[in-house]
Amino acid sequence: MFTATMAALLAAMILALARLYVGPTLYDRVLAANAFGTKTVLLIGVMGFLTGRPDFLDISLLYALLNFIGTIAVLKFFRYRTLGDRVEPSGDGQ
Amino acid sequence: MSIESIIDIALLVFLGITAFAILKLRALFAVVMLSSVFSLVSAGLLVHLDAVDVAFTEAAVGAGISTVLMLATLALTSRREKAPTRSQALPLIVVFLTGLALVYGTLDMPRFGDPSAPVHDHVAPKYINDTESEIGIPNIVTAVLTTYRGFDTLGEVTVIFTAGIGVLLLLAAFIREPSGLRVQTMDHHLVLRVVTKVLIGPILLFGLYVQFHGEYGPGGGFQAGIIFAAAFIIYALVFGLDNARRAVPGAAVRVLVACGVLLYGGVGFVSFLFGENYLNYSVLGASQVAGQHLGILLVEFGVGLTVAAVMVSTFYAFAGQNPPISDEDW
Amino acid sequence: MSALIIDAVSWALLASGSFLVVVGALGLIRMPDFYTRMHAAGITDTLGADLILAGLMVQAGFSLVTIKLLLIGAFLFFTLPTSTHAIASAALTAGLKPRVIEDAAAGNGSTAPKEDG
Repeated sequence: MFTATMAALLAAMILALARLYVGPTLYDRVLAANAFGTKTVLLIGVMGFLTGRPDFLDISLLYALLNFIGTIAVLKFFRYRTLGDRVEPSGDGQ
Repeated sequence: MSIESIIDIALLVFLGITAFAILKLRALFAVVMLSSVFSLVSAGLLVHLDAVDVAFTEAAVGAGISTVLMLATLALTSRREKAPTRSQALPLIVVFLTGLALVYGTLDMPRFGDPSAPVHDHVAPKYINDTESEIGIPNIVTAVLTTYRGFDTLGEVTVIFTAGIGVLLLLAAFIREPSGLRVQTMDHHLVLRVVTKVLIGPILLFGLYVQFHGEYGPGGGFQAGIIFAAAFIIYALVFGLDNARRAVPGAAVRVLVACGVLLYGGVGFVSFLFGENYLNYSVLGASQVAGQHLGILLVEFGVGLTVAAVMVSTFYAFAGQNPPISDEDW
Repeated sequence: MSALIIDAVSWALLASGSFLVVVGALGLIRMPDFYTRMHAAGITDTLGADLILAGLMVQAGFSLVTIKLLLIGAFLFFTLPTSTHAIASAALTAGLKPRVIEDAAAGNGSTAPKEDG
């Protein structure tokens, strides 16, 4: 049961990696990286159940968090070219 | 060839390929993404080797915070690495010879995982047998880290502290406190702001859980510090660096950097006052086990404080600068 | 007997969750345009992940492990759609246009900033 789930997750991860390498635009790559991170979270959870060590769940919770933060950082980086604030001479947004 | 060795070989091969790609690529953004993949694969390898605490720290620091900090740095430099101007033959030969010498040195060491190696004969059985009676916590890794090898961990915290103040010294000229003209960039992203508002509380709670649960499961000060810093960093990313600086001022963070190390060293000093050796926690409580518990709690909290404050102040230092490269250079 | 019911229920949940995850990844590969790929990856990932986690929860019974799985599920439920929304709005603001039938007939693809980043 868990082995079948793990096989499905590994197949999905390989497909996401393929999109990561091919993806013509940048946003394809960001989407694929986000999906890869999510499946890693699930993989670690299922692996914890397979090996009988539920301590792994802390790691998967942590990585779910960091995946989100990483995606937001990458998007802000490419939209605004900086991770801080932008100094606007006229003072309006964007 | 068992499934274990196949997984080992596959992960190591993937590490090698990623390292080679990092060396050869000149597009720096791809290098940053690949190094986060490298850290994630290393974390997977460490999970496979059953080292859960180290895998936790590697996933948190390498695959998480390092990516954000390197992106903040990348915003200040150019997009591609410059090609090398001189010949690379002599450095390659020197590195190759040094590598050969190192490999020759490892031939003398016992085989990997050999149960009769000295490290498994003398010290490890003592830790495994005595932790339950002397310290009383289930996580032997935390016991070794904070009590049996407390001096090493004091050195580690001091190294993090020194690195933090090194970065701050180098960049102190560029850190500007908030002024009126700076605007937040993510004003128009309502969904992101609402969701982040909801999530920051639970993230901080999770950080506290990891901090204090380190004695019973994977966790401890280093990982918890990263999680605290991650919560403040996402606040700064979505709501603007100005608001983050008002919530957690740069001066306060710089003071907290020193407070963590002070707490750690101070606990050791209190043992002096009781007449025992430095960092001997047994005298801090009514019984030896109670004293050890209290000592470990305080020391881990000091570690978490320093790590969180160093990460946040480094982020402030890098993200607070205005990029000298204009948009057209990209 | 109740062990059989627990196994059957978690088997069903895990199977449907993995099916959704694989379908989502297939959509990521085969869809023709960025926005359709985003539909495939974002929506199916969330429900598939939550179903897999529900299957693991049924298997674990009432314990701390279940609460942690519940937390992971709630967290993914909040952040996955937000991430895909952020990616889509960033792409739209950057000028990536969805591919329309007339454009395909006229020979223009999507006007994407083709970064190799």
